[in-house]
Amino acid sequence: MKGVSRRMRLGFGAFIAAGLILALVLAFFVSPSASGDPDGLNKVAIDKGFADTEKDHALGDTPTAGYEVRGVDDDRLSTGVAGVIGVAVTFAVAGGVMLVVRRARRTSARSVPLGS
Amino acid sequence: MHIPDGFIDGTTSAGAAVVAAGGVGATLRRAGEVLDERRVPLAGLVAAFVFAVQMLNFPVVSGTSGHLLGGALAAVLVGPAVGALCVTVVLAVQALLFADGGLSALGLNVLNMALVTAFGGYAVFLLARRVMSRTPSSVVAAAGIAAAVSVVLSALAFTAEYAIGGTGTASVATVAGAMVGVHVLIGVGEGVITALVVGAVLATRPDLVWGARDLAIDHADAALVAEEVVA
Repeated sequence: MKGVSRRMRLGFGAFIAAGLILALVLAFFVSPSASGDPDGLNKVAIDKGFADTEKDHALGDTPTAGYEVRGVDDDRLSTGVAGVIGVAVTFAVAGGVMLVVRRARRTSARSVPLGS
Repeated sequence: MHIPDGFIDGTTSAGAAVVAAGGVGATLRRAGEVLDERRVPLAGLVAAFVFAVQMLNFPVVSGTSGHLLGGALAAVLVGPAVGALCVTVVLAVQALLFADGGLSALGLNVLNMALVTAFGGYAVFLLARRVMSRTPSSVVAAAGIAAAVSVVLSALAFTAEYAIGGTGTASVATVAGAMVGVHVLIGVGEGVITALVVGAVLATRPDLVWGARDLAIDHADAALVAEEVVA
């Protein structure tokens, strides 16, 4: 990689791997401890009386709805596994979309090289 | 901040879906111009990381939580177009796989949490950088400010949608005040998380930060400065 100091400590592949591991750790170990209180919008909806306008989610009965994996009885484990599934699927889908976008619209003359 | 089905009427939701689709289409074209071989996995990582951190609801005031939206963070790391796409993928996965955010509200949510935060946040980031020195620590501070403001912009976007097609009986002024009030607090959390993450990436791989491309300094020096910022 041109323009990058040879003192650079972390290779690109290692950076991506480290980032993914951190995301998986946060999703599996930390997310079960996240606050279960309603978020800002839901709290406003409750306080200002329009929470009951919410309709059931069309996919509310799917095996991972609500960040809980059907068949996993332990609440923390269920949320953690759902988080891991989400991180993996999001990485795959986002990476796939970016790959398709890049291949479809490759205009190398106008692309901005990294580390330049 | 994920809008469920029902909060906003069908016509407004459908209109938002059309606007969001147009916006995502424009970001796809822009993303095709800037994505190189390395930004493909990097964007995948940014999306996966935003998904993970969005699960981490933190308490703000009694009985209320907030979580990272991540649009400003993604924009600073991979640029506003690719960043908006990253959050769009996160929102689609959440709605389809985890029933989080209504299907009819997906356009609204993409508008508020991907497009407004990434492009609005990045505009604030550029403005903040303009009045600061060209240093890595300024990039960290500007990212934090941009992230905080982006949450309030997102809350205002919801308020506008509520004004157009809200199904509730509360007045727009009431909802606006409540939304902005709580999201200023959530924005502080968003700003802190965003600054920490941008600081950490600047400390390890400053060359991977889109919003710091103009810093014509030795990358190893940047890493040292960024380490001080994080510490």
